[in-house]
Amino acid sequence: MTDATFSDGGAKAQGGSLTAQDDRTRRRNRAETRFKAYGIAAICTGLFFLVVLVTSILYNGVGAFQQSFVNVSVYLDPAKLDKNGARNIEDIKKVSTFGYAPLIQNALLEEVAKNSIDTPLEKAKDMKNLLSASAAAEVRDYVIANPDMIGETVDFRLLASSRVDGYLKGRVSRESVADDKNISVEQLDLTDQFRDAGVISKSFNMAFITGSDASESRPESAGIGVSMLGSFFMMLVVLVLSLPIGVAASIYLEEFAPKNRFTDLIEVNISNLAAVPSIVFGILGLAAFIQFMHLPQSAPLVGGLVLTLMTLPTIIISTRASLKSVPPSIRDAALGVGASKMQSVFHHVLPLAMPGILTGTIIGLAQALGETAPLLLIGMVGYIATNYPDSVASGFVDPNSAIPAQIYQWATRADPAFYERAWGGIIVLLVFLLTMNIIAILLRRKFERRW
Amino acid sequence: MYDTPILEKPVDQKDIKFAARGVQVYYGDNHAIKDVDVDLEDKTVTAFIGPSGCGKSTFLRCLNRMNDTIDVCRVEGDIQLDGEDIYDKRVDPVQLRAKVGMVFQKPNPFPKSIYDNVAYGPRIHGLAGNKAELDEIVEKSLRRAAIWGEVKDRLDAPGTGLSGGQQQRLCIARAVATEPEVLLMDEPCSALDPIATAQVEELIDELRENYSVVIVTHSMQQAARVSQKTAFFHLGNLVEFGETSHIFTNPTDERTESYITGRIG
Repeated sequence: MTDATFSDGGAKAQGGSLTAQDDRTRRRNRAETRFKAYGIAAICTGLFFLVVLVTSILYNGVGAFQQSFVNVSVYLDPAKLDKNGARNIEDIKKVSTFGYAPLIQNALLEEVAKNSIDTPLEKAKDMKNLLSASAAAEVRDYVIANPDMIGETVDFRLLASSRVDGYLKGRVSRESVADDKNISVEQLDLTDQFRDAGVISKSFNMAFITGSDASESRPESAGIGVSMLGSFFMMLVVLVLSLPIGVAASIYLEEFAPKNRFTDLIEVNISNLAAVPSIVFGILGLAAFIQFMHLPQSAPLVGGLVLTLMTLPTIIISTRASLKSVPPSIRDAALGVGASKMQSVFHHVLPLAMPGILTGTIIGLAQALGETAPLLLIGMVGYIATNYPDSVASGFVDPNSAIPAQIYQWATRADPAFYERAWGGIIVLLVFLLTMNIIAILLRRKFERRW
Repeated sequence: MYDTPILEKPVDQKDIKFAARGVQVYYGDNHAIKDVDVDLEDKTVTAFIGPSGCGKSTFLRCLNRMNDTIDVCRVEGDIQLDGEDIYDKRVDPVQLRAKVGMVFQKPNPFPKSIYDNVAYGPRIHGLAGNKAELDEIVEKSLRRAAIWGEVKDRLDAPGTGLSGGQQQRLCIARAVATEPEVLLMDEPCSALDPIATAQVEELIDELRENYSVVIVTHSMQQAARVSQKTAFFHLGNLVEFGETSHIFTNPTDERTESYITGRIG
């Protein structure tokens, strides 16, 4: 065979020179060029979709980080807020937000007069739709915190309504509000005039990152902060449980366990578990943790437990792979100088496998962070996360949501303002995932050693 | 066997370190070592020679129970170290391996500093009471392995950064640091160039003063150069065992003769 090929090639070589390619070489080179082109095309397709994805996320989501505010000086009328003038905090608390709304609306009317704006809207009530429903609550909170300021005129930066915000961001137009009861064309005109006068302005919206979710009627005050905390507590549970359990299980299976039918069975089961759809883990969590063990519903603790179950196979598989990749000569060397099995594993094998274990763990965590389906079943989706937990302990057991669950919720709500928040939430989630992956890479670099 | 007159045996018989009787090794169904009887003497270099796959490395690994790490491997028969059965249930292989050190075919330093490589054994066996004693052990071991001069200025450098020959001598230093009584060497020079090989061979000859050394080698010249006793393995059988000079000049078995003259192997 080799002889034949050789003599064949030799015969051809006699005809041509080395500088001219023969047919066979040309065909091979063409095949290689073609293959390279396929590869480049595949990469370009991937890059194209990535660019489309990132652009659309940024295009849709960046708006959530900007919010329209109304800058207004409100006269805190003592006649309305503290009728008997005793500045008694209990009396002040009796005044509800309904008592505050007219004050702000009057303040806006004054702004109209001050800036000599020409508008058909002359009544205080006409200003209502420009303001968020939470604006009155903001002023009330301020007054309760500073009762001495009653009777003074205070500068406030209050949330504009979602329609005004949408109009300034180009989401709402004069045509689209024709049938809208929440805002009129005149009010949009006034919004334009207010914007020119500097009364209404857009600025960075910290409340979106730190704030809590809001009811359906107040998309402008909804934030992702509380569900971020829910995700954080879940990740804490996942990390604390799955890293030690996963690493211990894989070290035992890889280094100590006898190779027999039973361990083979375990191995197959672990690989299969990694492929189980996450919603199955969700219903398992519902049955085991909530219905059987009576753990609280919607709690990050339960979410963390469910996600631990889901993450464990990933961590075990990657840990075992990195333990396997440590050359056996290192184990031999350690055993050869009289180290025990455990010493050889903990002194030599584990440090070498560390980068792989850490990477696997962080990738598992990142997967868990983005998981929504199991949270559906344990009640973390659908719960409106309006309050920060009071303490670390209640952070684990109090009902909360998680970033992806919050995004899902916003996406299902009717108001387009929530749609924008959903995209904004996705940006937050991606920033988290990106950070985790960068940490994984850095840890890998730091711990990686050659042998 | 019974006819051998006592007077014909060498008179300067040294102490027997390892005594193996009827050793059988199986890898699953594969019968790798067949009924091997051998006595290894103290303060002697014994060479195991034979073609690839003849079982010499397997037998070597039986002597410090490194075969325990292979699940399918089964050892039968009796191997005694100083009169104690090393396959006794009460024997902890970890203790045995501290007494019977091993150097492997491929240099396998730990991915740690040169100092830590050598100090690892003494540390886990508690041979040094303090840092000064440990420093002393490390220096002594590196000197014994004839590498001290080359590495004394960079003990903190990684052991894996040394050249192949230096790495192997570092591994030898690591093996002698635990003060073993027997040193097993599994083709220690197969990855080395002739100069490094010469250094290691010289070293083996020096180690003979303190230890019993067992070396597996493919090079018959090496066996002839460094060993006093030679054992020839073929297809799992110990064909011939005796004085090195005798084996190489006047082998009794036909197979030995064929092998050393290069006709089989």
